[in-house]
Amino acid sequence: MAGFTFLPMSHDHDHDNDLDPMAARVKALETILTEKGLIDPAAVDAIVETYEHKVGPRNGARVVAKAWSDAAYAEWLAKDATAAIASLGYSGRQGEHMQAVFNAPETHNLVVCTLCSCYPWSVLGLPPVWYKSPPYRSRAVIDPRGVLAEFGLELPLTTNIRVWDSTAELRYIVVPLRPQGTDGLGEDELAALVTRDSMIGAGHALAPGAAA
Amino acid sequence: MNDERGFDEPWQAQALALAFALQDAGVITAGEWAEALGRERAVHGLKDDGSDYYDSVVAALEQLIEGRGLSTKAAMEDVAAAWRRAAHATPHGMPIALENDPQRRRA
Repeated sequence: MAGFTFLPMSHDHDHDNDLDPMAARVKALETILTEKGLIDPAAVDAIVETYEHKVGPRNGARVVAKAWSDAAYAEWLAKDATAAIASLGYSGRQGEHMQAVFNAPETHNLVVCTLCSCYPWSVLGLPPVWYKSPPYRSRAVIDPRGVLAEFGLELPLTTNIRVWDSTAELRYIVVPLRPQGTDGLGEDELAALVTRDSMIGAGHALAPGAAA
Repeated sequence: MNDERGFDEPWQAQALALAFALQDAGVITAGEWAEALGRERAVHGLKDDGSDYYDSVVAALEQLIEGRGLSTKAAMEDVAAAWRRAAHATPHGMPIALENDPQRRRA
């Protein structure tokens, strides 16, 4: 580093930067792994960029909207979700396989990861805080109906609830029921009705007119 | 429950990216990562709202790195302390570089 940069005149002294302890620990890990030649900082930056800006539940919403609109695609998604999703440009990390589980009037699907918080990043982005919380992770399996009720989803007792426990190798996306009154809608309009929670199974797709 | 926020702080994104970068580089497998993170969550992930998730990510990374003999807890703490000193020694508004650690420059 050559020389110093002059600070704006309104500053009458230098303010020190403060790196909080967690940030310093992460910087230390990055430094050590870089010095060992195990990671490339540019690759790490690219991953950050992807997760901050490029992946998110809108990807999954496109998948669901296409499955609603295109029976052949829905069939492909049911048989080989990894390939059907990748065909739209959304690929997970190597070794991550996707399975799509379809809600039906008599069956509702709910996704959890009881081990840590394996999540279908490529189609849903970052997991919501509640997905990572211990109560959700334990209670989704023991009492899924109760958990869903807390999400405002009161399902009839005749509806079976299937709970899918994600692993590092296999992640799930729920294809919610297509809302009624959406017959004339195109994929873009349909995608706007697909919420993140509905693709985890913690909600229904929005009714037409309810989309933000 | 409709929280769409991603990361609260940049270090959380950095930590997660390090875990993925190690998987991409073949240093660890996805299964090993899930297991290490799961173990950390089982031991320390106690907050009901899940807000300590990224603390667990960092701890799991440290455990894996130490377990592989890639570094030691003491060495990781030393480098973290150097980063904090470097930050304090860097004028506000300038990028923090490890070279700015006063102890490192004297060495």
